[in-house]
Amino acid sequence: MTVTVEPAGGRRRGRSANSPHRKGASRHHRDSYALFLLPGALAFLAVIVVPFLMNTGVSFTDWRGVGSPEWSGLANYRELMDDSEFWASFRHSLFMVVAMAAVPTAVGLVLAAALFDYVGKHFGSRWAAVLRACFYLPQVLPIAVAGIVWSWILAPDNGSLNELLKAVGLGSWQQDWLGDPDIALYSVMGVMVWVQLGFPLVVFMAGLQRVDPQLYEAAELDGAGWWRRFRHITLAQIRPEIYVVLTWCTIAALKVFGAVYVLTKGGPGGATNVPSYFSFTTFFEKTQVGYGAAVSTVLTVIILAVSLIGLKLQTRAEDAEDSPTGVRT
Amino acid sequence: MRTALRRYPVLIALVLAALFMVVPFVFVAVNAVKSPAEYSANGPLSLPEGLYLDGVKDFWERVDFGQKLLNSALISGSVAVLAVALSVLNAYAIGIGRVRGRTWVLAFFVLANMLPQEALVYPVYYLSKEVGLYDTRLSVIIVFTVIQAAFGTYLLSSVLGQFPREIIEAARIDGANKWQVLWRIVVPVSRPTLGVLLVFFFIWTWNEFLLPLVMLISNDNQTVSVALGVLQGQRLMDATMTNAAALLGVLPALVFFLVFQRTLTRGIAVGAVK
Repeated sequence: MTVTVEPAGGRRRGRSANSPHRKGASRHHRDSYALFLLPGALAFLAVIVVPFLMNTGVSFTDWRGVGSPEWSGLANYRELMDDSEFWASFRHSLFMVVAMAAVPTAVGLVLAAALFDYVGKHFGSRWAAVLRACFYLPQVLPIAVAGIVWSWILAPDNGSLNELLKAVGLGSWQQDWLGDPDIALYSVMGVMVWVQLGFPLVVFMAGLQRVDPQLYEAAELDGAGWWRRFRHITLAQIRPEIYVVLTWCTIAALKVFGAVYVLTKGGPGGATNVPSYFSFTTFFEKTQVGYGAAVSTVLTVIILAVSLIGLKLQTRAEDAEDSPTGVRT
Repeated sequence: MRTALRRYPVLIALVLAALFMVVPFVFVAVNAVKSPAEYSANGPLSLPEGLYLDGVKDFWERVDFGQKLLNSALISGSVAVLAVALSVLNAYAIGIGRVRGRTWVLAFFVLANMLPQEALVYPVYYLSKEVGLYDTRLSVIIVFTVIQAAFGTYLLSSVLGQFPREIIEAARIDGANKWQVLWRIVVPVSRPTLGVLLVFFFIWTWNEFLLPLVMLISNDNQTVSVALGVLQGQRLMDATMTNAAALLGVLPALVFFLVFQRTLTRGIAVGAVK
C-alpha cells in the first residue's frame, strides 16, 4: 500500500487558489458542492462551535453548574492572575514542553539521522525498521496504560526501578519517584519523553527519505564528517518536518492530561499539576465551572497562538525549501 | 574495515536505546504471570518460575474486561467509519468541488482539531445531560467522530486537491452526477489514504482518555483506557493486579501495532507533513 501525499499547508492553498480553473463557467455547478459540506457543518456546529462558545461565555460568569450563570465580567480572569496554583500549573506546562517537544525532537533528530545514515546504509534497512519500531511502540499505547506501567515501575517499595538500582549497587539512589514533591515532576517528564520519542523519529525518518542520497555521497567524498553532514544536510533538508513536530508536540504537551491523572493526580501537593488537570478538577471536583472555563479559555488562547506560529514557520520553511529542489513524493 | 569497526558502537548504542524503550513491556509481561507469593518473595526483577495466569483471570473478571473491550471496539470502530465518511464528504466539497471560501473552511477545521478538549468538555457534558445522551457510548461516538473528522478533512482535502481532474470530467461527461463520482471514482481511488485514516482514527479513539472519563461513568459503558485509568487512580490494586491490568491494556495496543505497523509508520508521516 503506497500513499503519496503532496504536502499542502500554506503553499498548496496559495497555488490552487490561483489556478484559473474554468472561472465563471462552472460557478453554478461548483457551488452546489457546498451541499456535501452540510452534514459536517451541522455536526461541527453542535459538537465544537456551540460548546466552545458556551465555554468562553461561561468563563465570564460565576456558575457552579446548576441554576443560571451570573455575569461577572473579568472577575475569573482577575482571580486567575493572583492564583498561585494556576501559575504553577502553567510553569509545569513549560517543563512538559521540554519533555514532550524539545527533548524528543532533539533526540529524535539524532536517532533518525543515525538510523538512516549509519544503520540503514551499513546494516540494511531491516535493522533500521526494527529499531524504529521499538522506539515507536510506546506511541500506540493508551496514555492511561502507559501511566499504569510506569507508576508501577516507579513505585517506592518494590518498584522495578528501585529494585534495579539496588541490584546494581546503587541503592542509595532509590527514590519515591512519584511521591516526592521535589522529583515527581522530573519523573513525569521522563515518562513523557519515553512516550513521545517515537513520533519525531518516525516523521524525521520519513522526511529523510526524500533527501537526495547524492548530497550525502558528495559531502562524504568532500571529507565532511558525520556532524557536518548532519548539520548541513539533515537539519537543512528536514526543517519543515522539524517545525511540524515541534508544533504538534508543543500542543500535545500543553494538553497533557491522562498521564498526570494516572501517574500523580497532579500531586504530591500540586507538584505536577498542569492546566488541563487543573481545569478538570475545577470543573468536576470543585464545580467552579466559570473559573474552570476561564482556565481552559486561557489554555485555548495559548494553544492557538502556538499553532499559528508553528504553521507560519512551517509554511516559510517549505517555501524556502521548495525553490531549489522541490522534489517530494 | 576500520570505518566498519567504527560503525558498530553506533549500532550497539542504538540497540541499547531501543532495548530501554522496550524494557517496560518486558517487565509487565514477566510480572503479570507471577503469583502474588512469588512476586513478594522474589521482587519484580526475577524471571517467573512458571506461568500463573490467575491474576490476569481475576482481574479480567473483576473489571468485566470483555465488556470494556467490546465498548472500546464499538466506540473506536464506529468513530473510525463515521469520521472517515464525514471527512470524505467535507474533503470532496473542498478538494474537488473547490467551494468558495474553502481556505477559511479549511482553516476552521484545522483550528477545530487543535482546540484543547478542555475547552469543550464541560459544555459537552452539560449538553449531553440536557439531551439525555450522558453516559451513553453514542455521546462519545458523536463527539470523537467530529473531532477526528476535523483532522481527516484537513488531510483529505489536500489529497483530493491533487486528484486528476480528467477522470472526474470524463465521468461527468458520461453523465455521472456528483454523488456517483464520489462513490464510484473518488472513494475507490483514494482507498489507501482512507485506510490509513481509518486505522489512525480507530487507535486514537481507543487511546482517548479525558472525554470518555467524563462522559462514561457507568461500568457498562466504560472503555479500556478509562476502566484501567480509574482503577489505577483509586490505588486499590496490589502489584500483581497492576501488572495484570497493564498487560491487558498493553495487549490490544500490541496487536494493533503488529497488524498495522506499516500503515502506522507510513501514516504518521503522511499525517505530519500535510
